[in-house]
Amino acid sequence: MAYQHTIKNKVYRFNSLKILLAKATPYRSGDALAGLVADGYEERIAAQITLADVPLKVFLNEAIIPYETDEVTRLIIDDHNTKAFYPISHLTVGEFRDWLLADEADTTTLASLVPGVTPEMAAAVSKLMRNQDLIAVARKCEVVTRFRNTIGLHGHFSTRLQPNHPTDDAKGVAASMIDGLLYGSGDAVIGINPATDNPAAVIQLLNLIDTLRQQFDIPTQSCVLCHLTTTLQIINSNAPVDLTFQSIGGTEQTNASFGINLALVEEAYQATLSLKRGTIGNNVMYFETGQGSSLSANSHHGVDQQTCEARAYAVARKFNPLLVNTVVGFIGPEYLFDGKQIIRAALEDHFCGKLLGLPMGVDVCYTNHADADQDDMDNLLTLLGVAGCNFVMGIPGSDDIMLNYQSTSFHDALYLRKLLGLKPAPEFEQWLIKQGIFDEHGTISHQHNTHKLLNANNDLWTK
Amino acid sequence: MDEITNSQPIVNDTWMALREFTAARIALGRTGNSIPLQELFDFKLAHAHARDAVFSELDIPGITNSLNQFDNLVFTLHSKATNRAKYLKRPDYGRKLNEASTQYLESIISPQTDITIVIADGLSATAVNQYAVSMLECLMPKLLNASLKLSPFVIVKQGRVAVADEIGYLLRSKLSIILIGERPGLSAPDSMGAYLTFNPQPGLTDESRNCVSNIRPDGLNMQLAADKLFYLICQSLQRKLSGIDLKDNSGLIGE
Repeated sequence: MAYQHTIKNKVYRFNSLKILLAKATPYRSGDALAGLVADGYEERIAAQITLADVPLKVFLNEAIIPYETDEVTRLIIDDHNTKAFYPISHLTVGEFRDWLLADEADTTTLASLVPGVTPEMAAAVSKLMRNQDLIAVARKCEVVTRFRNTIGLHGHFSTRLQPNHPTDDAKGVAASMIDGLLYGSGDAVIGINPATDNPAAVIQLLNLIDTLRQQFDIPTQSCVLCHLTTTLQIINSNAPVDLTFQSIGGTEQTNASFGINLALVEEAYQATLSLKRGTIGNNVMYFETGQGSSLSANSHHGVDQQTCEARAYAVARKFNPLLVNTVVGFIGPEYLFDGKQIIRAALEDHFCGKLLGLPMGVDVCYTNHADADQDDMDNLLTLLGVAGCNFVMGIPGSDDIMLNYQSTSFHDALYLRKLLGLKPAPEFEQWLIKQGIFDEHGTISHQHNTHKLLNANNDLWTK
Repeated sequence: MDEITNSQPIVNDTWMALREFTAARIALGRTGNSIPLQELFDFKLAHAHARDAVFSELDIPGITNSLNQFDNLVFTLHSKATNRAKYLKRPDYGRKLNEASTQYLESIISPQTDITIVIADGLSATAVNQYAVSMLECLMPKLLNASLKLSPFVIVKQGRVAVADEIGYLLRSKLSIILIGERPGLSAPDSMGAYLTFNPQPGLTDESRNCVSNIRPDGLNMQLAADKLFYLICQSLQRKLSGIDLKDNSGLIGE
């Protein structure tokens, strides 16, 4: 179907919904690289005006990647809940934007819509929204998940403690882990990116975290971010797997490039559930995503990178994840060129994820070849705190010495919590107070000067 | 208001000793919830070095001059990326030679060779300026000793890894090797990588290549890097392949 709009006698014609979505997208380098961007500012606005008039119902009838050839499209269409969609089924994309911002679209109402909203609807409406709109609506959404603690409650803000080390050295990892815990980090998960996908090495890291967790009765969960097939393998050898991790994308082909498909994720999901290691909840999956992954895998089917990203959330929500993390600035400047593009993309991802019912966190980050720096990250972190983001990363001094990029630090999380009055996950907060790491006001206390954690693994520290 | 008495508000962390176990920025201390100024400068300086490395330029006269010791021709070419901004936005341009460079190589009647060695800036010309020739000083004697036949050296401005495949193809080499600046991290703005492709041709992707990375004095030093690379070269030429299939069987490299 063709869509068109006329501005001063110039007719802008868009031959498909897919093209319309791409042309309506705020400019970013990845879409330019894919040759999908609007030819100029006017065409972009023409596309946005055209998109605003498209009824939401159209998204159920015009698949942007064919149903027959893509299992993510099939998942989106087959799992769509008509009853949940009914209240908004008569709206256009533009009317949807206006309604989302209205007071009547409150937390409860937005939650009830979740199964009726498709990723393409979420992506479409986000393209019409300013950063302010993305923040305002996302803040109204509340997505709460549980494993050993409660993540995502309004007024709370969690961190993934990321104690990476270039050679997975146990002492090196433990040193960063203890540093993080003493700074109150790690309630979302203690999650390590391993240097190798070797099963024995992964098990060793899992045991390292699990031993410390049990010794100090820390109400959190652990994860080593290896490939899902490696996790499946080590589950069978009784490793202490709390969460299964996987990178996912928004097209079947992208997922194939990651070495997965929906059936395989389902298998891992069921295997992880069967371990029953969660004490207060059963959210056992940890997914990572990021705009540009489909283009990078040459699997985008002419769909813009933000819409591809939103489609990845359909994959995520199928498996009731504990955490979904958009690693927004990691992919590099050919996809998101500078601080402005990274910030915009992060707010879009957070908004779309929340609208689709996901426990969204953001890796507020950049690489050294991107035109961004710590000031941009401060801006984004603060915006995400206001928007009600579930979690960010906690990395010693923002500097990940294994992945060679910069993200948010333990200090950054403390800054945000103090600034906005946000607390860690309730169970974790109690633990921090009990350990004398925080006082009741959430301020770092001095009582940990001779803290037990430091003497945790005396064996470990002995050379 | 009275004069501020607390002119040293920094709270030091008592676990400084743990720094022994990792290069991560742990036990930074704090003022309020923020990092102390000294740590802020330390971070910013490292980032400045990384950014400067991204925008550094190949020292063509210097490299060419040093390469003369090997008694081999040196060609200087350019990718399709006209400048750094284009290079960063269009990785596809950095993977291809510009027209003049392609024509130049096509005009040369080259005999078949075993190896073409390419040197490109990548994301850190600083790394290549410092280490490309010193690594070759370790590698070249091995190659000559093994009686391997070399094409002229090729230096490429604004080049990415895959550009070496096109060059190796045009110069009719069995194997192409590229020495290239890696994406700078805060801990190392000057890390060089070496990639090797058997039967190089345009359009190949990562799974066709083998990589030796983190080449720098504090990482993989020149001699070790040359040893690893030479092992891969021999294996590749002997088994007539590179990439995943070679990697899977190379567990003993450097051990």
